[in-house]
Amino acid sequence: MSEIQGRQRVRPAPWKDTAFEWLTRFFALLVFSLLVGILLSLVAGSGPTLQKYGLSFIWSGAWDPVKEDFGALIPIYGTLMTSLIAMLIGVPVSFGIALFLTELSPPWLKRPLGTAIELLAAIPSIIYGMWGLFVLAPLLQTYVQPLLISAFGDVPLAGALFEGPPLGIGMLTAGLILSIMVIPFIAAVMRDVFEIVPPMLKESAYGLGATTWEVVWRVVLPYTKVGVIGGIMLGLGRALGETMAVTFVIGNAHRLSASLMAPGNSIASALANEFTEAVGDVYYSALIELGLILFLITTVVLGLSKLLLMRLVRGEGTRT
Amino acid sequence: MSAAEQVPSAIHSGNRLYRERKRTNFILLVISGVAIGFGLFWLVWILGTLLYEGGHALARATLYYQMTPPPGADGGLANAIAGSLVMVAAGTLIGTPVGILAGTYLAEYGRHGWLAGATRFLNDVLLSAPSIVIGLFVYSVYVAKVKHFSAWAGALALAMIVVPVVVRTTDDMLKLVPNTLREAAMALGCPVWKMITSITYKAARVGILTGVLLAVARISGETAPLLFTALNNQFWSTNMNAPMANLPVVIFQFAMSPYEDWHRLAWGGAALITLAVLVLNILARALFRKSD
Repeated sequence: MSEIQGRQRVRPAPWKDTAFEWLTRFFALLVFSLLVGILLSLVAGSGPTLQKYGLSFIWSGAWDPVKEDFGALIPIYGTLMTSLIAMLIGVPVSFGIALFLTELSPPWLKRPLGTAIELLAAIPSIIYGMWGLFVLAPLLQTYVQPLLISAFGDVPLAGALFEGPPLGIGMLTAGLILSIMVIPFIAAVMRDVFEIVPPMLKESAYGLGATTWEVVWRVVLPYTKVGVIGGIMLGLGRALGETMAVTFVIGNAHRLSASLMAPGNSIASALANEFTEAVGDVYYSALIELGLILFLITTVVLGLSKLLLMRLVRGEGTRT
Repeated sequence: MSAAEQVPSAIHSGNRLYRERKRTNFILLVISGVAIGFGLFWLVWILGTLLYEGGHALARATLYYQMTPPPGADGGLANAIAGSLVMVAAGTLIGTPVGILAGTYLAEYGRHGWLAGATRFLNDVLLSAPSIVIGLFVYSVYVAKVKHFSAWAGALALAMIVVPVVVRTTDDMLKLVPNTLREAAMALGCPVWKMITSITYKAARVGILTGVLLAVARISGETAPLLFTALNNQFWSTNMNAPMANLPVVIFQFAMSPYEDWHRLAWGGAALITLAVLVLNILARALFRKSD
């Protein structure tokens, strides 16, 4: 701390002090410049496509390596759609888990259960992908997808989401696996922010005769909503950038299809599949620009998440 | 009074509103229990599948000393295991000092400065940044320049994932060290660098070590950043300047192939990685809890 460092030092600091301080400052600067460096290198790498297409790259649905005509629409759609599915499943489940861990679980069970959920985050993404391809996709294909198709296939408008043959792989499977992967992240943040709610607030509500659910819904959630949204954004940032799990099960088809059953492509999986095989400057640069788009989206989402969580921590203690 | 009898007490079980609130509460709490069951269900299912499918492969000794085979032949994962170990070790050795020193600056020197605040923010973004983008970055600044894939590039990409994890834990753990310790050292005339290296590091040792272990666990299973950096190698190689086999990429390649025996090896590799990662995680947690 600066107080200890002694700004008005009588003797000059020994040279080792200065050296050590600059050494640590150098590495802090290095970490600081990493993110900027990534951004710059991606912008430089996507030069050819930036020149050729400009902004229209984003909404062009073309992807033709032979004619060298590229657009980002299909991978962007796949990335957003799979993440949306992941959030739709993952957020309520994470909320339930956080609620259980903070309000319902007996104290002796809290730690093992919390650890078990956190271990879900430790499993490498390639394992999720492989398991999804060999175990989950066939099950979905045989049991779940035919059901969904027969139940919703004829509904006007929404039916388009459930059209087509049950392939097992596709957007829906990718989204489902992503939801399992983001649950531990969102649940951990929600649990942590739920625990900072002053016991006094909760006890007051209980004292007025509120039920557990009412306390959580009307007291805990309003108090922590900024942090909860921050946690959801953190999960979203993870889901958007997830590569291997999605690559295994999304089907890698450069085709735009409304149906969730249809194979598609996400930015990350397009990169994983095609980057090492790409030939020609334009193809390379199209892929790097995809990476740039992904990096920008996730950085904004993660930055927002961090800001929201910081706001909650700062506000803590000022409200009672 | 007859009026009081007609309007039962708010928490009387005959009160309709009270019953409804109780019912809503009950239903939603059950759903919350189901949610945690939902999470545990996948964990058990995935681990169960891994043990079942990978168990046979793990039990065969050839997995550990034979090379990755061409389709149809018998083989093991020796070169991939060795490659993974080498690159994870190199990535950790590069990333850890960088992370610890940067974290030291954040916690010890720049607690209130702009650089520390901004670095902390960017570091947290980097912590969750898509690892495939890190692969792209290392590709464009290193692989594309030297014009060949290499184990060094893979180690560099892994190191970039280690750094934010270690920065974060070092920062957090050093901030937990009580200031009185620092003041005591300063009062004895200890220079700042010595105070940091022999007092605060020592006090935060276990926490920082936990962070490093978690970082190792994280990079052990990372696939995306290795795809365009270390690539893969079918043979045994100890040359850090050439492509090197590694478990995650081999698993990816084998699992996506149509060959049954490749699938079996992929399951073996998957079980091996998961076991290693889970053991590292549990070890880190146990270590940290003991120091509490």
